[in-house]
Amino acid sequence: MEPPAPNPGHGAGRPMATRPAPCTVRSPVALQVGDVKTDLARPGVAVIDVALPPAQPLDLQEIVFKNSYTAFLTVRVQRRHPCDVGRASARKWVTCLWNHCLMPSPHTEAGSQDYFSLFRHQLLCDVDQVTAVRLILRQPSPVWLHFTLEELRLYPRGQQSLQTDFPSWLSHLAPQQQPENLHGGVPDPEKVSTEVQQLWVLTEMIRANQTAARIGRFDVDGCYDINLLSYT
Amino acid sequence: MMLEQDTGLSLAIAQIVQRLKGSSLHSQLERQARGSLHKPEIKLESLKEDIKDFLKTSGWEKRLQNAVYSELNVFPSPCHPAAPPEHMKEPLVYMRKAQGSWEKRILKSLNSMCTELSIPLARKRPIGEQKELFNKWNEMGTDEPDLSLFRPVYAPKDFLEVLMNLRNPNYENGDQPSFRNHLGLIQVPLKVKDIPELKDYFSELGLNTGQLGIDDSTQVPPELFENEHVRVGQTVLTEQDSAAAQQYVRQGCPTALRAELWALILNISNQPEDVKLTASNDDYYFVFEDYLYQVLLCFSRDTSVLEHFSYNSATPPKSYIRGKLGMEEYAVFYPPNGVIPFHGFSMYVAPLCFLYHEPSKLYQIFREMYVRFFFRLHSISSHPSGIVSLCLLFETLLQTHLPQLFYHLREIGAQPLRISFKWMVRAFSGYLATDQLLLLWDRILGYNSLEILAVLAAAVFAFRAVNLMEVTSLAAAEAVLADLSTLKVMPLLQIFLFATVT
Repeated sequence: MEPPAPNPGHGAGRPMATRPAPCTVRSPVALQVGDVKTDLARPGVAVIDVALPPAQPLDLQEIVFKNSYTAFLTVRVQRRHPCDVGRASARKWVTCLWNHCLMPSPHTEAGSQDYFSLFRHQLLCDVDQVTAVRLILRQPSPVWLHFTLEELRLYPRGQQSLQTDFPSWLSHLAPQQQPENLHGGVPDPEKVSTEVQQLWVLTEMIRANQTAARIGRFDVDGCYDINLLSYT
Repeated sequence: MMLEQDTGLSLAIAQIVQRLKGSSLHSQLERQARGSLHKPEIKLESLKEDIKDFLKTSGWEKRLQNAVYSELNVFPSPCHPAAPPEHMKEPLVYMRKAQGSWEKRILKSLNSMCTELSIPLARKRPIGEQKELFNKWNEMGTDEPDLSLFRPVYAPKDFLEVLMNLRNPNYENGDQPSFRNHLGLIQVPLKVKDIPELKDYFSELGLNTGQLGIDDSTQVPPELFENEHVRVGQTVLTEQDSAAAQQYVRQGCPTALRAELWALILNISNQPEDVKLTASNDDYYFVFEDYLYQVLLCFSRDTSVLEHFSYNSATPPKSYIRGKLGMEEYAVFYPPNGVIPFHGFSMYVAPLCFLYHEPSKLYQIFREMYVRFFFRLHSISSHPSGIVSLCLLFETLLQTHLPQLFYHLREIGAQPLRISFKWMVRAFSGYLATDQLLLLWDRILGYNSLEILAVLAAAVFAFRAVNLMEVTSLAAAEAVLADLSTLKVMPLLQIFLFATVT
């Protein structure tokens, strides 16, 4: 029996392209009143500016980052409007995310080093034709020495960051069942179950199994002579 | 967290399905489904629906539900796809590093002990010794090898020293006392629950809810609570519903039903596993010591335990056979289950011997308890049930509710955690009377959390506060708290959480 061709997928079912949009992420700039060098008080607010290549405005799909002790995040974007063509005037900044909480309890660790995704449908405004992104970080607790965001990536529309190998059946959880065409008589149940079984085995073979088979043995070639433990 | 709702759910479903695929339940379900094809009520035109109905009525759907529920309890929620695998073990980088250093210390200690004593870590038993072991399998407790030269790999005291020195490099750890420094021994800023949150979390322990351990005492007529509670327990067992059982045991297990209820919650099937334990049918020879040896020896060789390292911050030690250092095809884990035990480790098993007399069941229960709960008591992590959080929770509760006592003990050089640490690391095993310990472990299972250990530790200090206020040294404080064998766990917890005036 011919193995069934893998379903090309409807988004889920194969690894996604993981190409973030090219951009320049500047280091965070603390907003501070007074002399940065001599002032002892922590500012608690920092700004990260992200510049996109000038002629390539981005239709933003997703923002992904790893937190590093930031408590609240505000995101503002600058967009290009059709009527802006030819005009050199300053473009408006629009807030698309306001005071999003990353650390529910800013004096404590929860959320401090977690990974986050912000999707376009979670944002307050339209994020098409974006030319610049500004992330405003707030950390009201004075106990942390530094706070920032790391591994910041912007994903354009049509590409998502999810690399997970979703099995294709997940996108067909409640498929429309067509009634079986029984023109040629009732098929043999044994044959049906054998075919189902073969299909199943082949599906398993197609999907790479991540964990090694647990055979319960721990020796290698029947040998388990160990002298010392390894430090690496 | 922060993932789009649907994708998070899909991810969780996919992961659970992936894990259940390799299980024996899966093959059993397949076999049942295939077997059902012969039944007259299964019609080809509605094959899928009929098989689903069959699985429901025959109880197999319930078993699948229990397996899914078990997976949800044991495994953490799926991480963000961008997160590396070590993030699921432990999200905070400095904690991972601390765990790594601690492990290295243990490895060095083991290696130097082996070098000093000139013994290999592992070798195949000579034939004579194998025969001897086989013959003496049921009497192992009485015939110990000479262990006098072996030091315990580490004691809880050593571990506490490591936890005391844990620091977040991004935290303002000044030398000057300030609001940033904690007054206790633990200096990492983990989020722990306060009393209002604990009252809400442990709401079933409240004054208006019946409890075993309080409302089944001889003075209370059994019609008021106990009889009904037992009846409900029997219903839960008949229904074989894991989730219901977990909710039920929050009010305590009737002694006669406890073994089955725990097995249901931990999703241990009644099928005997292929564990190489010889079942001793001789009741007169029943000695716990034998069971402990058997269970722990088998545990150390059980490679299925390695799976829990995906969510444990610890990493199993590695070695290479035949001296082939660095060559991956000769790499093995040591011990085979990756868990190096410490002084007092057998105390995790001993209480279970009162519940399970069949060695295979005893073993499976212990293994499941270990990979769900006990491993958190001796690895460094930021998990709310991890030992670091428990220590901080204990210290915070004591400071908040007994500030005078806390201050006094600190002043006399008797930091409370120095005394309570050993209780929590052993989940109170060996310190409480067995019936009280089992009532406590009922709640660990019921709430799927070890936080109750920290609350009990604080409640014990509260109970003995008057005596403790009069001591003037650490040794005297230890003496006041040396004997916990007369304590009644549930009244202590209830009073501390729900009846203490703050």
